[in-house]
Amino acid sequence: MFDIDRWREIFQSINKNRLRSVLSGFTVAFAILLFTLLFGIVSGLSNSFKSAFADDAQNAMFVRVWQTSKPYKGLQTGRTIQLKNDDFNYVKEEYENKIQYQSARIYKNFTLKYKNEANSYSVRAVHPDHQFLEKTIIDEGRYLNEKDLQEKSKVIVIGRLIKADLFGEKPALGKRINMNGSSYLVIGIFSDEGGDNEERLAYIPTTTAQMIYGNNDYISQINLGYNPDLNLDQAISFGNQLERDLRSKLNIHPDDQSALSVRNMAEANKNVGSFMAILYAIVILVGSGTLIAGIIGISNIMIFVIKERTKEFGIRKALGAQPLSIVWMVVQESVFITTIAGYLGLSLGTYLLSLIGDSLEKDYFIKDPSVSTGIVVGATIVLIVSGLIAGYIPAKRAANIKPIEALRAD
Amino acid sequence: MIRIEKLHKSYPIGKESIHVLKGIDLHIKEGEFVSIMGSSGSGKSTLLNIVGLLDIHDEGNYYLNGELIKDMNEKKAAILRNKFLGFVFQSFNLISYKTALENVALPLYYKGVNRKERLEIAMEYLEKVGLKEWANHLPNELSGGQKQRVAIARALVTKPKVVLADEPTGALDSTTTDSVMDLLKDINNEGMTVFVITHEEEVAAQTKRIVRLKDGVIVSDELTKNTNSVSHV
Ligand SMILES: Nc1ncnc2c1ncn2[C@@H]1O[C@H](COP(=O)(O)OP(=O)(O)OP(=O)(O)O)[C@@H](O)[C@H]1O
Ligand SMILES: [Mg+2]
Repeated sequence: MFDIDRWREIFQSINKNRLRSVLSGFTVAFAILLFTLLFGIVSGLSNSFKSAFADDAQNAMFVRVWQTSKPYKGLQTGRTIQLKNDDFNYVKEEYENKIQYQSARIYKNFTLKYKNEANSYSVRAVHPDHQFLEKTIIDEGRYLNEKDLQEKSKVIVIGRLIKADLFGEKPALGKRINMNGSSYLVIGIFSDEGGDNEERLAYIPTTTAQMIYGNNDYISQINLGYNPDLNLDQAISFGNQLERDLRSKLNIHPDDQSALSVRNMAEANKNVGSFMAILYAIVILVGSGTLIAGIIGISNIMIFVIKERTKEFGIRKALGAQPLSIVWMVVQESVFITTIAGYLGLSLGTYLLSLIGDSLEKDYFIKDPSVSTGIVVGATIVLIVSGLIAGYIPAKRAANIKPIEALRAD
Repeated sequence: MIRIEKLHKSYPIGKESIHVLKGIDLHIKEGEFVSIMGSSGSGKSTLLNIVGLLDIHDEGNYYLNGELIKDMNEKKAAILRNKFLGFVFQSFNLISYKTALENVALPLYYKGVNRKERLEIAMEYLEKVGLKEWANHLPNELSGGQKQRVAIARALVTKPKVVLADEPTGALDSTTTDSVMDLLKDINNEGMTVFVITHEEEVAAQTKRIVRLKDGVIVSDELTKNTNSVSHV
């Protein structure tokens, strides 16, 4: 219920007792400021973690091979493992419904040449799905498609920085560049959030690479995106199963980690997730400690304030104030001060966080620290409730003092 | 207006308790102007506070405006105080951060009168006590006599049936005492019941009836020569 007269009483009381109001507000503002900074910094940490993985798809899995380190079924150690198209197709057929994206990857290093400019670059031969696994952003033209693979077309998608190296400001799309003696048509230019190295790359179709360079069916690595319907645990067990199956298919000892392994983002995500959960738990603990300290602070001040005003309450009662009206007056004043002060603390905190911005990203892994609307709303509710409690308990006591005793107080 | 029968009041002090009022019988009719005298500690303030519903008696009956005061809760007491009673204290008891006008208007706030009307009525009463020019001053900018007149205006603003004054002139010099007493006489002449505690014979002499208290009992109760129409039982 909005009672303009009561608000007038409260404003007068706040205004005429500024020191007291500022003091009680300060505690709360300070508590909320600390709380905001704490939360912001942790969310900054969490942002860093998230962006460390954001370069690739969150559901990415990589099947990679090296050399065996354990003898198995009469086979020697030190045998080099080679993935082939057959393995790629096996995975595709065997796990169809657990896979969202699938691409092979063949690593090459070639000199790319356009007119008088030439440079050596990493070139990856991939499938069209690779775009989603790597989160490649197409700036111009298009990515590789199925038709390119079927026709073993000599087409190339180049990184933004290759384009800059070879073409400068001039258009590159539709031009032909020379790669190790063959001529490739530039069909697309991309960028990538993974940094400069990821933008100094070129992509060509797997089939083209296999035909021209070696005439074999070798692939270096298989990249997968697991079906996003799988939860983290299911995805992890899918990765383990895939690892077992491929080892057995390629005659590798089941525990030979250095011959073939599946790197699974689900595992990393799970680790980061539990780490962040612990961090947030600590923050909530420390944060609520700070808030409680603030609430106790304001309660103490309110107790003092009410003691100081006991006589005034006695006078008001003698003039006809009902106990409840005294309680409300104090509570409303307390809520008002806490809310305003808390809001100031919150704004100052948010402002400081925005000043910090990304300046701590390099050294302290704090990226874009900020507090979410949910936190702000939550903190505001906590403030109002704490103002209520801080005001109510002492006010209730004060309102119950007999007027004659209140009047005698000094 | 006020009827008190065999009223007792004790204050506990540690394990002991002191018996302050020992069976008071008193009847004050509407429109009377009564003073209570007695030595310090005789129980005058105690009696007035009970009459004013600021304190609770232990035994006996108290009727205010015909209503038996019993098991009074704070809320009900507050309503009755606001409706029937006006207080004037020795130490004025003005709220320090409110102006004279706002102090006078405060009882009307608790009565639920809207702000505009409140301030109008309050101004009217300030004018009545001769302090219209001081309306926007804070209490600490006023002299003792002025403060007490503000307090009287505040006591009157709700048009109470009874004005209770505990040594209203106790902190004032003789000139200001006279002006305060003149005000109280005016109020009484308008028909309001006035009940005043005093130490000063000259003050008591200006009322219409003097009740003398000693050790918690009434030792004398007589009309003064000021009495004309109203008589007591
Ligand atoms: N709250 C209290 N607790 C304990 N004793 C009290 C309390 N109030 C009053 N008394 C005692 O009761 C007695 C009467 O007090 P009261 O204030 O009524 O006297 P009084 O006649 O008004 O005196 P004075 O002329 O000094 O104002 C005194 O002995 C006083 O000490
Ligand atoms: Mg007294």
